[in-house]
Amino acid sequence: MTRPAAQRSESVFTDFKHAYGKPQALAEANRCLYCEDAPCITACPTSINIPEFIRKIATDNVKGSARTIFEANILGMSCARVCPVETLCVGDCVYNHLDAPPIQIGKLQRYATDAAFDKGWSFFEAGPDTGKSIGLIGAGPASLAAAHELRRYGHACTIYEKREVVGGLNSTGVAPYKMKADRAVQEVEWILSIGGIDVQTGVQVGQDVRLEELETRHDAVFFGAGLGEDRYLGASGEDLTGVHGAVEWIEAMKLGEVDISGVSSAAVVGGGNTAIDAVRELLGLGIPQVTMIYRGGEAGMSGYQHEWSEAKREGALAAWGCQPTALEGDGAVERVCCDVLDADKQPIEGEQVVLSANLVLLAIGQGKLGNLLGGLDGIELQWGRIVTDEVGATGRPGWFAGGDAANGGKEVVNAAAEGKAAAHAIHIYLEARS
Amino acid sequence: MADLTSNCGGIISPNPFWLASAPPANSGDQIKRAFDAGWGGAVWKTLGQPIQNVSSRFAATNYGGANAIGFNNIELITDRSLEKNFAEIADVKKHFPDHAVIVSLMVETKQEWKDIIRRSIDAGADGLELNFGCPHGMCERGMGSAVGQEPSVNTEITSWAKSFSSVPVLVKLTPNVGDILPHGFAAQRGGADGVSLINTIKSIIGVDIDNFVPNPRVGNMSTNGGYCGAAVKPIALHMTGQLGRDPGFNIPISGIGGVTNWRDAVEFMLLGASSVQVCTEVMLRGYRIVEDMIEGLNDYLDDKGFASVNEIIGKALPGYTEWGDLDLNYETVAKIDGESCIGCYKCVVACQDGAHQCITPAEDGGRVPVIDESECVGCNLCQIVCPVPDCISMVEVENGFARATWNDHINDGAVLRPKTGIHH
Repeated sequence: MTRPAAQRSESVFTDFKHAYGKPQALAEANRCLYCEDAPCITACPTSINIPEFIRKIATDNVKGSARTIFEANILGMSCARVCPVETLCVGDCVYNHLDAPPIQIGKLQRYATDAAFDKGWSFFEAGPDTGKSIGLIGAGPASLAAAHELRRYGHACTIYEKREVVGGLNSTGVAPYKMKADRAVQEVEWILSIGGIDVQTGVQVGQDVRLEELETRHDAVFFGAGLGEDRYLGASGEDLTGVHGAVEWIEAMKLGEVDISGVSSAAVVGGGNTAIDAVRELLGLGIPQVTMIYRGGEAGMSGYQHEWSEAKREGALAAWGCQPTALEGDGAVERVCCDVLDADKQPIEGEQVVLSANLVLLAIGQGKLGNLLGGLDGIELQWGRIVTDEVGATGRPGWFAGGDAANGGKEVVNAAAEGKAAAHAIHIYLEARS
Repeated sequence: MADLTSNCGGIISPNPFWLASAPPANSGDQIKRAFDAGWGGAVWKTLGQPIQNVSSRFAATNYGGANAIGFNNIELITDRSLEKNFAEIADVKKHFPDHAVIVSLMVETKQEWKDIIRRSIDAGADGLELNFGCPHGMCERGMGSAVGQEPSVNTEITSWAKSFSSVPVLVKLTPNVGDILPHGFAAQRGGADGVSLINTIKSIIGVDIDNFVPNPRVGNMSTNGGYCGAAVKPIALHMTGQLGRDPGFNIPISGIGGVTNWRDAVEFMLLGASSVQVCTEVMLRGYRIVEDMIEGLNDYLDDKGFASVNEIIGKALPGYTEWGDLDLNYETVAKIDGESCIGCYKCVVACQDGAHQCITPAEDGGRVPVIDESECVGCNLCQIVCPVPDCISMVEVENGFARATWNDHINDGAVLRPKTGIHH
């Protein structure tokens, strides 16, 4: 396994949400109402017993608090930092109905889980060896959650990861003002400390190892490889220097250094959360003018409004109702030419906008990786997503999937939940066959 | 503006708020600052043969993020010379002739009582308070609560003090007794002009779970101390009410124990106190709290139409009776205001686990709990745990049964309503 480089562009960022010290954590924990059948638990895809872990913080049982969190979600440390809590647990805190500030669940979860990392607490042991083996494709949150849970049942695990760096999007994609790559890798190492999880990096399934080969090596396979390459517009000039897929550029920024010298204005194409992240990251790196170009209006963007509000506060500009038609420049991109669209996203005859930009990031989605498995009998695809039942089983016996590859692209916490659920399903599947 | 002038056993003060005999009333400088802040009187920290105190004296109990809801101390009486104390008393009275300075005293022999009372009065004391209450340290030397727990000794020393004193004498009672009444009567028999209660409650406030020693720790040992602060108010109110409502008890009461604000003060006065004394809340927040106490009391009296604070003394005593005289046919049930309910289900779990299993989760997909009124016993628990003011109300049920107490039922066969909450 390779660690992220020491010199990384992401290092300039500081935490957007500051960590609680003990005084703040106690004050906030004591404010929690300790609801029964709490709405915040229901809102959490991993069903963390939130009132319980908060009560344990209040009684200074921080170790127990961390145990409660990790019991439900082994990625509780990163989720504490990257979850869109405003739309999940915090958004459902009953204090919202009192027009009182909701409990800062993410910050409290970070307080407890950071303590576990800082103090070196570990809570889980592998189960007695079952002699069964599971292959997991991708070393991101879904596979990690699945592998950890499978180890608790005593099944051996091998993770195949095409990159040299593990952690998936937690390492390569999370906005650095939420979590940096080294912390994500540290989390992976902490999860792997349960033992018995063999991580093979630099292995591209389908090329370096054939799918059929996986079936012979393992008793079950979990596909948690996430999404594919950035999509491009199909507009002219996308091959100019300074035009990148956003996910690819963010990965470069997080794992190493990106060159933004001489970039005075940048544009990000897209209206989703990757687009907003990219806008905030470009601003944070010091680019004075950053514009988001989106086909629709502000209310129609798929990115979280609370994130976009922060982006605007940080100085983000937006070109609403604009569709790039050409990227222009002399070798390197200098301008983005856009059609202006009407409310139905149809071009308005004769109306064009030209934005100057010497860095353009395309955040209009990623390809799906389902095709990797498309050739296997029984695997059903839907727009590139792998179709599974509610516990992650595909139509091919012994093949399971979870995370972005199956859900099309959701949060880390969804991947963690799906990975864990699939582990239970795999265990039941293996039990039934033995 | 109502008249706040207080008269407790002949001790007149501009308002009923006194500093209790304790660290906030340890020196002339402190008491002058307290009077400047608005306190009406001060009971000087107990004078006696000066003692040596231990280092580390206080500890507190916290709950739910609130610091020091209960407090305890193992400090003794004054550790400053009597000469210095008396000089400062005289100085305070010179600057504040209209404020009440009550000198707390604790000595052993009759001659010592005679001497110290004379010197206190010479210094300008408006009244004396005999400390028969201290439950730690001094009681091991035969003083404090050792006196307060023996009615005959209490009466004897009180009568000495009365014979030596030209100013009113209050007797400060200890709560470390099974029943407060004999001790109040002992003071009354000795001729006391009033009683002060409660002194602190014998306690171990907590244990240091890392060092295996109770708190507060003095080296590697500790001892039991005196418990006070907001948490002791219910005990103090009970003892105040016990004396206040007894027809044979006819001397004024200075209420002490968990008074933190004007509302607490009103409660003590409604149960019979003529003045109140405050220590812990001042230790935690300073003399400045008296501004709100005076203002709050004034507004309360004005709002209720009382011209003088003395009009509320004992006003709640007719409502304090024995359990056997409560109306068993009075019935309330809980009602939830669905509009203001926030769906925390604290009432659900409280009723299910701690009461009578009559509140259940919503069945309509919402979060407003459902109350089975036929099983609700009207216990108030749901209302107590509800975080939303006025969301749960306890509503009286017209059940058609005439008033009937247990005593009526036993003595006269009065008919009781059917029980609820027992899940027939």
